[in-house]
Amino acid sequence: MTKTGAKKILEIKNLQQHFGSPSNPIKAVDGISFDVYEGETLGLVGESGCGKSTTGRSIIRLYDITGGEIVFDGENVHGKKSKNELKKFNRQMQMIFQDPYASLNPRMTAGEIIGEAFDIHGLYKDKKERRAKIQELLEAVGLNKEHANRYAHEFSGGQRQRIGIARALSLDPKFIIADEPISALDVSIQAQVVNLLKQLQKERGLTYLFIAHDLSMVKYISDRIAVMYRGKIMEIGKADDIYNHPVHPYTKSLLSAIPLPDPMSEKRRQRIQYKHTEVDESATYHEVGDQHYVYGTADLVKTWVANR
Amino acid sequence: MSKTILEVKDLRINFKTYAGLVHAVRGVNFDLKEGETLAIVGESGSGKSVTSNALMKLIPQPPGIYESGQILFNGRDLVPLTDKEMSKVRGNEIAMIFQDPMTSLNPTMKVGRQITEVILQHKKVSKDEAKKRAIELLTQVGIPFPEKRYNQYPHEFSGGMRQRVVIAIALAADPKLLIADEPTTALDVTIQAQILELMKEIQKNSQTSIIFITHDLGVVANIADRVAVMYAGQIVEYGTVNDIFYNPKHPYTWGLLGSMPDLDNDTDELLRTIPGSPPDLTNPPKGDAFAARNEYAMAIDYEQEPPMFQVSETHFAKTWLLHPDAPKIPLPDAVAKRIEGYLAKEAQEND
Ligand SMILES: Nc1ncnc2c1ncn2[C@@H]1O[C@H](COP(=O)(O)OP(=O)(O)O)[C@@H](O)[C@H]1O
Ligand SMILES: Nc1ncnc2c1ncn2[C@@H]1O[C@H](COP(=O)(O)OP(=O)(O)O)[C@@H](O)[C@H]1O
Ligand SMILES: [Mg+2]
Ligand SMILES: [Mg+2]
Repeated sequence: MTKTGAKKILEIKNLQQHFGSPSNPIKAVDGISFDVYEGETLGLVGESGCGKSTTGRSIIRLYDITGGEIVFDGENVHGKKSKNELKKFNRQMQMIFQDPYASLNPRMTAGEIIGEAFDIHGLYKDKKERRAKIQELLEAVGLNKEHANRYAHEFSGGQRQRIGIARALSLDPKFIIADEPISALDVSIQAQVVNLLKQLQKERGLTYLFIAHDLSMVKYISDRIAVMYRGKIMEIGKADDIYNHPVHPYTKSLLSAIPLPDPMSEKRRQRIQYKHTEVDESATYHEVGDQHYVYGTADLVKTWVANR
Repeated sequence: MSKTILEVKDLRINFKTYAGLVHAVRGVNFDLKEGETLAIVGESGSGKSVTSNALMKLIPQPPGIYESGQILFNGRDLVPLTDKEMSKVRGNEIAMIFQDPMTSLNPTMKVGRQITEVILQHKKVSKDEAKKRAIELLTQVGIPFPEKRYNQYPHEFSGGMRQRVVIAIALAADPKLLIADEPTTALDVTIQAQILELMKEIQKNSQTSIIFITHDLGVVANIADRVAVMYAGQIVEYGTVNDIFYNPKHPYTWGLLGSMPDLDNDTDELLRTIPGSPPDLTNPPKGDAFAARNEYAMAIDYEQEPPMFQVSETHFAKTWLLHPDAPKIPLPDAVAKRIEGYLAKEAQEND
């Protein structure tokens, strides 16, 4: 899966992440492959339980993977690593979580939360320097320096998510995995946070893996989208192609279920039900357009393309 | 015209708290016809749940206070009813569905019994008849193998299936009015679409009236006949679903519509947002509660609360922008462009 011009920052090759007993494993991630290019946003969508969070968590090393390979910036993420190499990796890749209530310690101030990682990495040891960096981060996410001394519980949901974003930015990472960062927020606040993420990406050249189940926001924020179902990526391609020319029946079904703020088109809505077809060993990714890949057997994909 | 089943007049609900009196619902008026769906939409904290809980008399007192207002259900005011009188209305004539199905389900009781209990409580039928009806209900809400499912516990069901069970329980006594408070917010879009279809089908078959609370405008467009947009404890715009989506008049409604990305949105444009956050309801601001977040606010917005201006026979909005002397503000570009797009698509569709 290539994209001309841009550099691959992340390569996922046949990633597997199984839970439970080896005799009866839960195949949360069941052999997925994709690349992420520097400076882009790759959206990862699919219904709950399909393996999105597990994918993100495996990439950031929260789990030892069951199989496959994850290459970040040319280096094998799950290969043997010295403490220093690990620290370097941790600085470059950060995560933003869904629940701005659960992911921040209520007994810490915003400043403490944002600066927590500085000590581990021996950064900004000078108090003044540290304060200045925290202030810069608060301002970058649309808060101000007065907020540094307030406790997490004193903030609204949207403000907390801004603190979560500032914390993720604190070590100047290149790559951010955002796991449903707006799902718990109100629509108008969602728009504020999404605008912020877009603006930070532009200013800092960040690369995002944006995990979500709200497909309209994903379409808006992503350059490319991967559609996941039962531990596998069914279709991946440019956001416009996934939305306007989907090939896999699962993608079509998912798209047919998104309600739009247009009552007249809602009256006509025809939901497409998805019936899963089991595939044999020969199933793989087939190129169906520029940067557009669909998972299936050669025959199935041929039929899907014909019905497009 | 079908008959009016519910009329809410000047409903005001306060809560006594340590921080002071919270004015959660501040003079809400609406009505609902038989077989009609009214969607209530607004940001969190705008008073949607308090309003709907108030209709069921589920506001705990204290700390809650029914400050004023009438809830006329088939012409009879529910506000002065005792708990005992109210328990005959609840479940029987008005039923409610919540976001989290587990708030309505008993985890230690088999699903079938939870349905038959409601039937037996409200209808004079034998146990066998109740069971037969329960299985019918499980079938109706789309639960496969209803006879087997009848004997299972809630934890044996997925989130979407649990919400179907809750709907089956709500329907058990053939209520005239179904109140659904964010019933699909926690569900996947595909499951949400199924639940919405189910509710519409139920309504078609039994002329149930529905109050559907949500913060998702896509869901509103899908399910509503009429829409009430709530802000800071008040309805600020009220009209048919077409009035609200194709001819919105309140700047708050513009903000809500603009902050939703559209599948055709130009992704280089930032989304329109509503700056700031809703006011503190212990001390609601003087004038128009939305003024501080409204880029079109005028001097009077900080002085005097706007009345509901009538836009058409069906459409009302509470904003001074509709006063004859106010400057004519055109729809924000992003919202106008989108509506044009929808209308153009519709014209094409009709060709
Ligand atoms: N730590 C774990 N132990 C066992 N099973 C897990 C664990 N984490 C996730 N799973 C299972 O893996 C599957 C994928 O979960 P997840 O990645 O969280 O999905 P998503 O984020 O798409 O909702 C689910 O069936 C889930 O129950
Ligand atoms: N039991 C209560 N005590 C004090 N305040 C309450 C109580 N219940 C609700 N409120 C307040 O009433 C307002 C409206 O809340 P709610 O109706 O739940 O909003 P929504 O459902 O629109 O998100 C909020 O400011 C909320 O904090
Ligand atoms: Mg997840
Ligand atoms: Mg609520």
